[in-house]
Amino acid sequence: MSDLVTITIDGVEVNVPKGTLVVDAAKRIGNDIPVFCYHPKMTPVGMCRMCLVEIGLPVRDRATGELLRNPDGTPQINFGRNLQTACTVQVSPGMVVRTNTPFVREGREAIIEFILSSHPLDCPICDKGGECPLQNLTMAHGKGDTRMEFTDKMKLAKHVPLGELIYLDRERCIQCGRCVRFQDEVVDDPVLQFHNRGRSLEIVTMSDPGFDSYWSGNTTDICPVGALTTADFRFGARPWELTPVATLSPHGPAGSNMTFSTRIEAAAGGRTVIKRIMPRQHELVNEIWISDRDRFVHHFADAPERLTQPLLRKNGSLIPVSWDEALEFVAQKLKGFDGTAVAGLSGDRMSNEDFFLFQKLIRQGLKSNHIDLANGRLAGGDVVAQVGVVNDTTYDLPQRLGVGDAVLVVACDLHEEEPVWWLRARQAAKRGATLVTLNARPTRLDREAAFAIHYAPGTAVETIRRLLNAAKVEVEQSDDPIVAAAQALVKANNLTIFYGAEGITYEESDAIARLLGNLLLVKNGGSGHVGRVNNGLIPVWPHNNTQGAWDMGIHPAFEPGYKPVKTPGRNATAVYAGVANGEIRALYLMGADPVGDGLMDGRGQLKLLVVQELFLTQTAALADVVLPAQSWAEREGTFTSGERRVQRYYPAITPVGECRPDWQILAQMGERLGLGKAPFAASLVFRDLAKVVKPYKGMDYRSLAQVAKQWPDVGGEDLYYGGTAYENRSGLGQQWPITPPKEPFAVPDVEVPVPQGLTLMRIAALYTPGTLNRHTKLLAARLAQPTLLLHPQDAYALALQDGEPVTVAVNSGNVQATLRISEDAPVGLALIRAIPYQPGTAVAHITRVAEFASS
Amino acid sequence: MIAEKYAKEIEGILARFPTKKSAVLPLMHLAQHEYGYMSQEAMREVASILGLDPTHVLSLAGFYSLYYEEPVGRYVLEICNDLACALRGADEFVEMATQKLGIPVDGTTADGLFTLKTVMCLGACDRAPMLQCNLKFEEHLDEAKFEALLARLRAEAEAGEQKTAVVPQMIAHAAKS
Amino acid sequence: MTHILLRHRDIPGIHKLDVYRAHGGYQALQKALSEHTPDEVIQIVRDSSLRGRGGAGFPTGVKWSFIPKAPGDKYVIINTDESETGTFKDRELCEYNPHQVIEGALIAAYAIGAKTVYNYFRGEYMDAAHAFEEALQEAYAAGLIGQNILGSGFSVDFYCHYGAGAYICGEETALIKSLEGELGQPWSKPPFPAIEGLYGKPTVVNNTETLANVPPIIINGADWYKSMGTPQSPGPKIVCMSGHVEKPGNYEVEMGVTYRQLIEMAGGMRGGKKFKALLPSGGSGPVITEKALDAPLTYEGLTPFGSVMGSASVIVMDETVDMVWAAQKMTHFFKHESCGKCTPCREGTFWMEKVLHRIYEGHGSQKDVDTLQSVAQQIKGKTLCALGEFAVSPVLSTLAHFPQEYRAKLAK
Ligand SMILES: Cc1cc2nc3c(=O)[nH]c(=O)nc-3n(C[C@H](O)[C@H](O)[C@H](O)COP(=O)(O)O)c2cc1C
Ligand code: SF4
Ligand code: FES
Repeated sequence: MSDLVTITIDGVEVNVPKGTLVVDAAKRIGNDIPVFCYHPKMTPVGMCRMCLVEIGLPVRDRATGELLRNPDGTPQINFGRNLQTACTVQVSPGMVVRTNTPFVREGREAIIEFILSSHPLDCPICDKGGECPLQNLTMAHGKGDTRMEFTDKMKLAKHVPLGELIYLDRERCIQCGRCVRFQDEVVDDPVLQFHNRGRSLEIVTMSDPGFDSYWSGNTTDICPVGALTTADFRFGARPWELTPVATLSPHGPAGSNMTFSTRIEAAAGGRTVIKRIMPRQHELVNEIWISDRDRFVHHFADAPERLTQPLLRKNGSLIPVSWDEALEFVAQKLKGFDGTAVAGLSGDRMSNEDFFLFQKLIRQGLKSNHIDLANGRLAGGDVVAQVGVVNDTTYDLPQRLGVGDAVLVVACDLHEEEPVWWLRARQAAKRGATLVTLNARPTRLDREAAFAIHYAPGTAVETIRRLLNAAKVEVEQSDDPIVAAAQALVKANNLTIFYGAEGITYEESDAIARLLGNLLLVKNGGSGHVGRVNNGLIPVWPHNNTQGAWDMGIHPAFEPGYKPVKTPGRNATAVYAGVANGEIRALYLMGADPVGDGLMDGRGQLKLLVVQELFLTQTAALADVVLPAQSWAEREGTFTSGERRVQRYYPAITPVGECRPDWQILAQMGERLGLGKAPFAASLVFRDLAKVVKPYKGMDYRSLAQVAKQWPDVGGEDLYYGGTAYENRSGLGQQWPITPPKEPFAVPDVEVPVPQGLTLMRIAALYTPGTLNRHTKLLAARLAQPTLLLHPQDAYALALQDGEPVTVAVNSGNVQATLRISEDAPVGLALIRAIPYQPGTAVAHITRVAEFASS
Repeated sequence: MIAEKYAKEIEGILARFPTKKSAVLPLMHLAQHEYGYMSQEAMREVASILGLDPTHVLSLAGFYSLYYEEPVGRYVLEICNDLACALRGADEFVEMATQKLGIPVDGTTADGLFTLKTVMCLGACDRAPMLQCNLKFEEHLDEAKFEALLARLRAEAEAGEQKTAVVPQMIAHAAKS
Repeated sequence: MTHILLRHRDIPGIHKLDVYRAHGGYQALQKALSEHTPDEVIQIVRDSSLRGRGGAGFPTGVKWSFIPKAPGDKYVIINTDESETGTFKDRELCEYNPHQVIEGALIAAYAIGAKTVYNYFRGEYMDAAHAFEEALQEAYAAGLIGQNILGSGFSVDFYCHYGAGAYICGEETALIKSLEGELGQPWSKPPFPAIEGLYGKPTVVNNTETLANVPPIIINGADWYKSMGTPQSPGPKIVCMSGHVEKPGNYEVEMGVTYRQLIEMAGGMRGGKKFKALLPSGGSGPVITEKALDAPLTYEGLTPFGSVMGSASVIVMDETVDMVWAAQKMTHFFKHESCGKCTPCREGTFWMEKVLHRIYEGHGSQKDVDTLQSVAQQIKGKTLCALGEFAVSPVLSTLAHFPQEYRAKLAK
């Protein structure tokens, strides 16, 4: 930062960038100016008046502009008549701030007294008690008694549901407006507002459903009092009884940092349970925000439906057996198959340790290369290894995309797929970055986009090829949005690209990843966009550790570390075909339910089906052996984000039943198959894999646990400043380095069948009723229901009415959905939400339910 | 639906501003004129015309004193009894009005014709006692004039007319500009 | 004296364009457009020492000069929110002499390069604004508003907007928020409207009366203007006389007349009663007593008496008035009108009203009086906008001038 300004606060000099607010400058030198309405992530409003300080400026001679000096040579400082709000005033050269004079102390006392004058005295039963900014600041700056007559106080409603997730206590609210501003300014869901005025000011919502936002839980973190609480934690425990345990989001590819608050609970039979999830600060990942899915969907971990014991099929039914019996049975059976007849498919929520041992078991133990993700949708992991995004390495004023930079978002709906990245793209655009969205249909991010380009279904590859070609030549001006966007992208100082798989096939996504890689390589007068901070490709993987799966070689063509396999094995599709035709005789599944997902038609000709799972899924119910695994909350491990950041998560709760961590099950199985002694800790598995997986070289559990000071300084003792997000004490993880390619990627030709007539495309929903979401009762009311969106014109042509139930033929069979007529669907493109994943697009066969039944 | 009934007027109002949001107060005046008060449906309707979250309209309805969130009588009699008017007998005038109407302040007559309110200064202190009735000022009042006013309004209501209303004037101007 | 602002009192029908034009109307605009650059217009207004009539008295020409010269959208907003208790001058101007306000605003728009003017009326003035809207349409039809005004190449649009009942919307930043369709709450300055105002663009907010002064200044020059009033507070001023005078109403005077003269002008004390006190600036200026009656009506005149001229809304009270009652009325007003955004104003006005009410009802104690005094002091200097500052003045000034009336009310 070039423009530094020096100011003096209580006699201490501090150098801060131009534009810094006095309150933040003070924070840099450990001077905690109390605040309520100010939040370091939001524009200051100066409304609570808690941060009043004395601010003086050097006096200049009007005529000459010279600084006037005291007899002793020091500059003359002019302090205004009134106190000023440190949260709204920016530093200026020579400024002098006093934060501890009688004048300032009186001011603070006055404001605290005003705030408390109508605040209820219910700290003993308040959820925030113990971590309440108002409580803390009252202790520090309050008078200790009150002059407000008790009868004069406001009496207000204390249990106002703003929806089924968040409750409001009107008496406790101090009208700081943080929640209102967060919803409006940060996440663009302005569903909270102030109602009335003066002392009658109160928070309201009128959205449907109540408090309709994927981010609502964050308001409970930043609310400086106990006015907003989550239905999850409300009256659940006292903050001081809780033990924080660092964890990661088990959902999206951003790798959001979170903290479990845990407690040993008599009601749970003395087990350690999760009482709540809070964000954990990671400025380069999720800052201090998490989506409601991340916050509330931990309940699948202690769902009563969890498996607790190994199950073995005897006389047709699955019978609980000991681990020894189950493992021995599987090992002996597996030995009987030839490698070409065995396959291993995995889900993509497992840890790196699990993946590593899984591929080792299949490759080395069973001599098979038929390894893949059970439900692979998005390709390009190998491209990402060469042109992936490079993050900043300093946590001091993290560099963020802004004016002069660009963000390209291709074939995904970030708001539904990874809200944290939606937020990042939106904020970049708001700071002035050029945002370009490319998709077959409008998405929410289009609102902020400088170019929102919608291509015809089936033409994604072609469109991106045009974009790439347009980027290679210098063009001054163009009316063609693709050309104009391409020029803006290449000329940007920094370019970050997100790409996903909406409406495209796996093969198309592979081609797209390569084309986008080439786009990043285009120099066109500049230096290209590979290998520099804030530049590169980010895959919007469907799950939290798809990246790790690629890195660990859960791929028929790559061994760990992207080492090509000599003779590639079958991919998942070919495995399912083999199951059906008898070429695959034994299938080992980890955390995957291909039958439930409509990918595999029953057991086919399998002789052996082994399933390692949390729940008795449709596939597990058909298995010969079911091995119960621990959820991520019960064990430790590492996940790798779409930005290739390897991060640790930690065990938080007492393991359920006899469940074991996946890696351990695999290691014990491997031991029986002659792969050597099973390691006894996840950290040792990681040590082994770091030796083999090249990019992970040098990482270990200790290095991943390292932390650094982050700004803004959130989560310490000073809860009033940034809210109750946790400080990151358990590790910021490490991003593995890319190896930039020497020349552009070769792009395979892909054949894309373009459907004729009305086309059907699946779109994502954050609360899709999948395995994890389904087991969280709290979100039951918000789970997305199968919905078909049709443009009014198309609905008219089919003579269908808004809200009517329809039958839609999709690849995996017929789906019933509710029809919504909406301009969000382009003409000729029917969008379907909340059904299992379907690759690409298809011809849309839509029938009225009644007609379908009779036909 | 005001969107259809007043399409031209709404278009005129929208044309006054570079953003749709700026039209929210005039549209709320219009909705209240149409529906009598700012019902939840009225709020949602205004919000949908302007592409706002209904919470925003609710918020404004609570902030601005001219919007009623509860049903009111056909005529809302708002007497200023702020200091300047009170010095010229406004408090006594309010007292008299409550007796004449047989309702307390903030009450509505059983026939649904009148709601009585007291308000802060209306900017007619030199003509106290005064009131506004559906935004129309009635000044230099006394008991006799108040009775005459009630009689006039009753007659108007009887005849099924809606003469005492100011909002149509505003929107007519907007439609012209 | 002939009126400079309330010209309709001399010239019937001046609200009509032809009458206004027949009496020199729009010649100032013509002159500004054809003879002066925008900067020259600003300089003339600066030289005239015209000060804002909205209350704060900020020099108008200086305010205009803050607007950045760079091209781009800019706005002029006429502040006809006029919700201060006892104020009713801007309404009379807009209703009976609208063209003078329009002309003044057009000159302001030319001076700062604005392409749009809004007149923000309080919602309660919707009826009164009818005349203003008609005047606007006449002016549009005559080519005085719209594209290429009077062939000068200067174009401007001009619209009315209506609030919906909120005193705070008279505060310029709250007004801007309200016009944007947001909650009418003020923001903490900087940014100042001159840099980031309406829709984030440079904006001048002027009081209605301020702008009505502009055409005669352009026609007659700065020196002519300064020949009226006092050197620091030149020009004519409309004073709203209300309360216990025989003839309440607006009076246009030269600045510098005394409050005693004003009361006489308004027909003297009603019913020959004895004068007790007056509020010189509606509810928001501290009360003054007999001692201050010979002070001049200027921006500085009441400084020695701890009060202000403000918008010159003079509420006169005779010997029958209970000052605790008056303080309570005003405190109720401010509690009712506090927007609630900042803590001291929101909580303080609520608290003061509770205590004051108790005292007025005869249930108060000396401790209540002390609390009242201290709460008022505690609000002072800490609020986000001036409303909080206004809110304490009725309390502190009545406590200072009439402590015995509080004492007499305490519970025995
Ligand atoms: C609470 C409050 C209410 C105000 N009300 C008005 C008003 O009704 N009319 C007005 O012209 N100015 C009002 N003002 C002053 C405006 O903020 C602003 O200073 C004025 O419109 C500037 O115009 P002028 O420079 O021409 O006086 C008010 C200020 C405050 C703090
Ligand atoms: S609910 Fe909490 S965050 Fe929202 S305004 Fe009230 S105190 Fe502030
Ligand atoms: S006013 Fe500065 S923190 Fe609230």
